[in-house]
Amino acid sequence: MDINDIRSIVTVVSLLTFLGIVWWAYGVKGNRKRFEEAAMLPFTDEEADRIELGLDRNGQRKAS
Amino acid sequence: MSETQSTYNYRVVRQFAVMTVIWGIVGMLVGVIIAAQLVWPELNLGFLHFGRLRPLHTNAVIFAFGGCALFATSYYVVQRTCHTRLFSDGLAAFTFWGWQLIIVLAAVTLPLGITSGKEYAELEWPIDILITLVWVAYAVVFFGTLAKRKVSHIYVANWFYGGFILAVALLHVVNSAASPVTLFKSYSAYAGVQDAMIQWWYGHNAVGFFLTAGFLGMMYYFVPKQAERPIYSYRLSVVHFWALIFTYMWAGPHHLHFTALPDWTQSVGMVFSLILLAPSWGGMINGVMTLSGAWHKLRDDPILKFLITSLSFYGMSTFEGPMMSIKTVNALSHYTDWTVGHVHSGALGWVAMVSIGAIYYLLPRLFGKSEMFSVRLITVHFWVATIGVVLYIASMWIAGVMQGLMWRAVNADGTLTYSFVESVKASYPFWAIRFLGGVLFLFGMLVMAYNMFKTMAGGRTVDDARVLVPAAHHA
Repeated sequence: MDINDIRSIVTVVSLLTFLGIVWWAYGVKGNRKRFEEAAMLPFTDEEADRIELGLDRNGQRKAS
Repeated sequence: MSETQSTYNYRVVRQFAVMTVIWGIVGMLVGVIIAAQLVWPELNLGFLHFGRLRPLHTNAVIFAFGGCALFATSYYVVQRTCHTRLFSDGLAAFTFWGWQLIIVLAAVTLPLGITSGKEYAELEWPIDILITLVWVAYAVVFFGTLAKRKVSHIYVANWFYGGFILAVALLHVVNSAASPVTLFKSYSAYAGVQDAMIQWWYGHNAVGFFLTAGFLGMMYYFVPKQAERPIYSYRLSVVHFWALIFTYMWAGPHHLHFTALPDWTQSVGMVFSLILLAPSWGGMINGVMTLSGAWHKLRDDPILKFLITSLSFYGMSTFEGPMMSIKTVNALSHYTDWTVGHVHSGALGWVAMVSIGAIYYLLPRLFGKSEMFSVRLITVHFWVATIGVVLYIASMWIAGVMQGLMWRAVNADGTLTYSFVESVKASYPFWAIRFLGGVLFLFGMLVMAYNMFKTMAGGRTVDDARVLVPAAHHA
C-alpha cells in the first residue's frame, strides 16, 4: 500500500471519529443526564469555598 | 457530607499565582521597552537592543506569565473538580522551582544572544532538556491527580488542560530536536523548508494549545464559578474541544504563505484555519452565554468583566485569524504590524485578561480573605487594561494596513511608489500610540501587584481547605 493511501485513510477515519463524537454528544439520549451532572462539578465543593473565603456555614458573599 | 482528613495542596497554587503577577510585570515591561525602542531608536543601548530583547519579551509573557497562570489554575481546578489532593507534592514543587529556573535561564541567555533562532522556541538545548523534565513532571502530577479522582466524571476544564499538556509536550520535543555543537550552540535536526514547516507547526500549535486550550480550561472553571451558574452547554464544550484538537494541528502553514512551502500545503493550512473559526466561536459563545439571564452581574463584578471581555477579544481575534490566513488577505497583512496587532488582541485581550480574572478570583482564596484588598482597584485595572488593549490593536491595524498598501503600491512604469524607509517613517505616530497602550496595560499590572500585596498582608496561607467527598452532584 502506498503511503498516500494511508494518509487518505487517516483523514477519513479522523472525520468519521469526529462525526461519531458529535453523535455521542448530541445524539445519544442517555448522555444528556451525565453531561448535566458533569456541568455541576465546579459547584459540588462549596464547603471548601467557604473555608477559603473565611466565611462561616451561613456565610454569604457580598456580591450575591 | 462525609469528610476525609486530606487537604488540598494550595501551596504550589499560591506560588504560581503570585509569580504570574510578577512575571507579567517583567514581561510587559520588556515589551514596553522594545516598543519605546521603535519610537526612539537611541534607546537601543549596546547589546540590549530590540533584536535581543524581543525574544525575551515573548518568552517572558508567554511562558513565564502565561505559563505560571496555567500551572496555578490547572493545579487548583484539577484538585477542586476531582475532589482530591495533587498526586505528588514533591513533583509539584519540582515543577514550580524548575519552571522558575527555566525563566531565569531564559532571561540570562537570550540577551546574551544565546539562541537557537526558532521563534517562541529560542532557548538552547540544555534549557530545552530542563523544560522537558519539568513538563513530564507536570504531566505526571496532573494526570496522576485525574487518575485518583473521587468523582466519576472528568470536568471539561480538565480535558482542555490535559490536551494542552500533552500537545505542548509533543510540540516541544519534536521542534526542539537538534544536534548540539557546544553547550551554547545547536543546529536544528531538520533542514530547509521542512525545518520551516516544523517550526510553524510548532508555532501555530503553541498558539492553539498553550495560548488557547489551556486558557479555555481556565475559562470553563472560572466563568461558571464567578457567574455562579453552570456552563451554558456542556455538550457544546465536548464537541468544540474535539473540533479544536482535530483542526489546530493543520493550520500552521498559514505562517508560510508565498514561501518555498509547496502551494498545496499553504492551501491546506488556509482551509483548516478557516474551519477553526467554528470551534473557536463555539468556546466563545459557550462562555459568554453562561451569563445569559444574569447579565446584571457584569455591572458590579470587575472579575466577571475581565473574564467576559477576554472572551470578546477571543472571539474577535479568532475571527481575524482565519481571515488573515486567506492568501489574498495575507498578501497584504503578512510581515506588517497588522500581525502584531492580531497577536496582541489575542495575547493581551484574551490570554492576559482571562488570566488576570482567574488570578483575582484565586488570590483572596489562597490567603484566607473574603475578597481582594480593593475591589475598586480591580475595576480601575479593568478599564486601564481595556483602553490599553484598544489603543494597541487599533494603532497596529492602521499601521499594518498602511504598511501593506505602501509596500505594494507601484507607479505606472512598474517601479515602487515608496521606499521601505518611507513606510517606517509613516509608522512612527502609530508606534507611539502602541507604546502608550502598552504603558497603560503595564500600569494595570502594577495596580494588580499593589492590590495583591495588600491582600497578602495579614492574610493567612490557606492550607486547611479540606478535601470533601462529594455527597451528591445535585447539591
